[in-house]
Amino acid sequence: MAGSGTAHMRAEAGPVLAVDDMVVEFPVGRHQVVHAVSGLNIDLLPGETLGILGESGCGKSSAGRAIMQEPAPTAGSVLFAGEQLTGLKSRDLRRKRSKMQMIMQDPVSSLNPRRKVRDLVAEGLRIWGFDGDDMDAAIRETLTAVGLDPDSVWDRRPHELSGGQCQRVCIARALMMNPDVLICDEPVSALDVSVQAQILNLLERTKETYDLSMIFIAHDVSVVKNISDRVMVLYLGKTCEVLPSSDMHTRSVHPYTRTLIASIPGGEELASVDDPVTGPVVVDTPLVATATELPSPLNPPSGCRFRTRCPLATELCAAEEPQLREVGAGHFVACHHVAVS
Amino acid sequence: MRRISLRIGELIAVLFVVSFGVFAMVTLMPGDPAVAILGEGHPPQDYENLRQELGLNDGLLHRYWDWLSGAVTGDLGTSLVPPQTDVTERILGALPVSVELAVLGLVIALVLAIPLAMWSAAHAGGAIDRMISATMFATLSVPSFLAGLLLIMIFANGLGWFPRAQWVRISEDIPGNLHHALLPAIVIAMMELALFTRILRNDLIVTLNEDYILAARAKGMPPWRIMVTDALRPSSFSLVTLMGISLGRLIGSTVIVEYLFALPGMGSMIVTSANQGDYPLVQGAVLIVALVYVVVNAGIDLSYGYLDPRTRRVHA
Amino acid sequence: MNERDDLVLDVRDVRTTFLTPRGPVRAVDGVSMSLRAGETLGIVGESGSGKSVLGRTVMGLVSNSPTTTITGECRIAGLDVHALKPKDRRKLWGPEVAMVFQDPMTSLNPVKRVGTHLTEALRLHLGVSRKEADERAVDLLRQVFIPEPVRRMKQYPHELSGGMRQRVVIAMALACDPKLLIADEPTTALDVTVQKQILDLLATLAADRNMATILISHDLGAVEGRTDRVAVMYAGRTVETSQTSRVFNAPVHPYAEALLASIPRIDDAPHTVLRAIDGSPPNMLNPPEGCRFAPRCRFAVDRCHQESPELRELADGTADTHLGACHFPLLPARQEVS
Ligand SMILES: Nc1ncnc2c1ncn2[C@@H]1O[C@H](COP(=O)(O)OP(=O)(O)OP(=O)(O)O)[C@@H](O)[C@H]1O
Ligand SMILES: Nc1ncnc2c1ncn2[C@@H]1O[C@H](COP(=O)(O)OP(=O)(O)OP(=O)(O)O)[C@@H](O)[C@H]1O
Ligand code: SF4
Ligand SMILES: [Mg+2]
Ligand SMILES: [Mg+2]
Repeated sequence: MAGSGTAHMRAEAGPVLAVDDMVVEFPVGRHQVVHAVSGLNIDLLPGETLGILGESGCGKSSAGRAIMQEPAPTAGSVLFAGEQLTGLKSRDLRRKRSKMQMIMQDPVSSLNPRRKVRDLVAEGLRIWGFDGDDMDAAIRETLTAVGLDPDSVWDRRPHELSGGQCQRVCIARALMMNPDVLICDEPVSALDVSVQAQILNLLERTKETYDLSMIFIAHDVSVVKNISDRVMVLYLGKTCEVLPSSDMHTRSVHPYTRTLIASIPGGEELASVDDPVTGPVVVDTPLVATATELPSPLNPPSGCRFRTRCPLATELCAAEEPQLREVGAGHFVACHHVAVS
Repeated sequence: MRRISLRIGELIAVLFVVSFGVFAMVTLMPGDPAVAILGEGHPPQDYENLRQELGLNDGLLHRYWDWLSGAVTGDLGTSLVPPQTDVTERILGALPVSVELAVLGLVIALVLAIPLAMWSAAHAGGAIDRMISATMFATLSVPSFLAGLLLIMIFANGLGWFPRAQWVRISEDIPGNLHHALLPAIVIAMMELALFTRILRNDLIVTLNEDYILAARAKGMPPWRIMVTDALRPSSFSLVTLMGISLGRLIGSTVIVEYLFALPGMGSMIVTSANQGDYPLVQGAVLIVALVYVVVNAGIDLSYGYLDPRTRRVHA
Repeated sequence: MNERDDLVLDVRDVRTTFLTPRGPVRAVDGVSMSLRAGETLGIVGESGSGKSVLGRTVMGLVSNSPTTTITGECRIAGLDVHALKPKDRRKLWGPEVAMVFQDPMTSLNPVKRVGTHLTEALRLHLGVSRKEADERAVDLLRQVFIPEPVRRMKQYPHELSGGMRQRVVIAMALACDPKLLIADEPTTALDVTVQKQILDLLATLAADRNMATILISHDLGAVEGRTDRVAVMYAGRTVETSQTSRVFNAPVHPYAEALLASIPRIDDAPHTVLRAIDGSPPNMLNPPEGCRFAPRCRFAVDRCHQESPELRELADGTADTHLGACHFPLLPARQEVS
């Protein structure tokens, strides 16, 4: 939380997925550690889509993969459908995890180029020994559900498909496992603009029909806002802000969230609107060029990790890590300097 | 600095393993050294005494240790075959010949391969490229003894431009030495040329498709300059690696060329002494060849740092 | 002196065809455009629509060869680049026209120092001494707001972050004060927060130098506020071109209109259903007959599948030109209906 803390949104229904104080670190070289994720808390409610937003390298994929336990997080717990995934034996883990599926950023390279679509889609189930006559019918049904014509793609291999079609195959493959949770790691970043909308609409539709809860990782503010119910903004492995996505550009208050919004073309005006919570937030203060990029995750800044780029930073920000605190209904911020009415 | 000292430690370990391998292998070679020294037809007791004297009855490890402690002080023992010369001295006589041949051969190969590869890569897929490739494969398929014989016939015997079957030490007469070394070196170069050209050409083609080459073109740099200043260095990894391997290999194995030109190099020395069962000489020679090999390749490894600045320091 | 003489760039009906083993690829198929000093033209289109090939053809980086055929005319500083000898063409690259490439990670030579990247062009084109080239290079780095420029000169590209590298690439392009800068997706490979900085930097530099700029992008948003005019490309052709605000506010071509409607906007409510364009961009080896967008167009009729629409004037006479290539353009009346 550009700080830590345990506050998060709880609802009456328990979460399908609860991530508690998850840490992901990668040792590199001599005594060096990449702090990819440092204390992440997520409650994913049934039927909800949680968007995870942040720049490249802020730990989005690492978080997604750690939830899937590949590799398992360095510390913290992942509770899925009432069961602790961290520490499960590998077979139990794989069985449990089949109900949680992940879709990767690059649809083309995440498919084995030598296999045909029908095998790719059935892969997951075959591992668990399901096969037989029903299988073909199930594959057809799923392919149709993701908007592919089973007859025309049945025997094709990934290189004979467009990027959008490959992504549909990936989604079909995940749906075959009949998952409860779908983690999408930048599923549209590699796609054409005109195809991106198809996939976003498809994900919305499948979420309804398959009764999924979804974690949607992306770096595009507008895309995340469009598909999510709630958005979590990450910076250098910590949560900056969590808020309902409808409030995204009107009520977000964390300087980093505001910077992201100001970076979208035409976002400058949006970012400097008078805010009901904070008053005017001036985020497009020209930043010094040295401080305009992500600091090294090997050696993240003390206190608030955003302070090296933050226009509001003071000494307090360097000395003390801001805790995530509630500033509105379902709205959490980790920043020392946002005024809360 | 740390990196270099680490390398040296690694080197020593490798040499240790290699030297033991060499020692054990040669010791297990068929043939009885005692017979080799005395000749056939002596009473059995004579052989036994000699073996005792040579320490041949001690255990392998014991003998290895004796040999190794000698080797580190530069004493590799004495040859078994008359005139029973000092092994170190013999090697010091033969090594420079081999090193010179190998280095000269590689330099010739390189001098030809670089422009050929550049020319090929600049016209990849075109007529010139295909012609160069075809010629290279042709040279590769000519056995080196045949090429050597041909060269001798034409340039030494026919035209009389080069001497044959003589050697002048580089310390005695540099132009004379080069005159003698050139023809054999060309034969060696021919063996390497095709591979060098091919490898460099392929890497150059990959590099020429990089964005930074396009960016250099967009700056208005002339094509030849781009080839030399932008493309060559990033494309030379495989070539440099291959050269290291070639150099090490050539020093001990230019036998055919040495025989053809009657040169007193390492290759012919090792073959002769192995035939005679002169195991101290074989052991010493192979050890030195291995030493050169290991050192050269360590040097190659360090040169990667020069070739690609990205490998100099580990960045996160 | 005729009117075309003060154009920095004048492109007439240029076509670039690659002869591939699988057949000819008409990557650019009849595009015209022109630019005056200080003007900014955006070229938008999806992956594979021919934006990069167009940029490179215009500059002469892609030229006639056994596998490439170029027809039409690309005049830079009044000279038809494809009629020039390679040596004379190279003289234009740097002082007249320069390019910024998409990926700063790959467009700098990993074994060359930052300084060398800058000075070699200066020395080649301006013939200045090493010392002066160094001074100018430092000055260029300063102009693109690279801190500690003197130290950076000695660094290698991998020692800089992505945004810094793209600044170096920009400095490199500006080295010889080109009159035309072609920026081919200059921010696609960068972080969102860095993208804006780089685009702003480009805009400032162009304005300071009264330099004409072509900004190629698949990101409509990047082009919207930053260009005077925009051309929308689809499958190698310009389907619509006009002042940027007109294209964005009142697109006439169904593709341009659909593309704009398919991007999520920050001020839309969550879960707004996006109007996706069905299908995917055509295979350029075998593009559809007639209008290339017809197979995906919701207004297409038989005529669209048979007859290729010309790019023609569709302005109502009150405003500047607004060209569109559609048999049934979305004129104001039509838009109200749909
Ligand atoms: N296996 C690994 N070993 C070492 N470092 C890693 C590893 N995987 C990721 N990292 C580092 O962890 C940090 C977070 O990476 P991650 O891939 O999670 O970021 P991300 O937010 O998904 O970025 P992107 O948008 O580029 O996908 C980065 O600094 C990355 O270099
Ligand atoms: N050298 C080449 N040989 C054959 N075909 C090519 C060549 N270069 C480009 N093409 C083809 O030309 C078409 C246009 O490519 P271009 O790179 O201009 O697209 P683009 O609009 O820049 O797309 P992107 O957004 O992916 O950069 C593509 O179909 C591409 O496959
Ligand atoms: S104001 Fe301080 S705490 Fe808030 S984001 Fe900036 S640096 Fe962090
Ligand atoms: Mg990622
Ligand atoms: Mg392109």
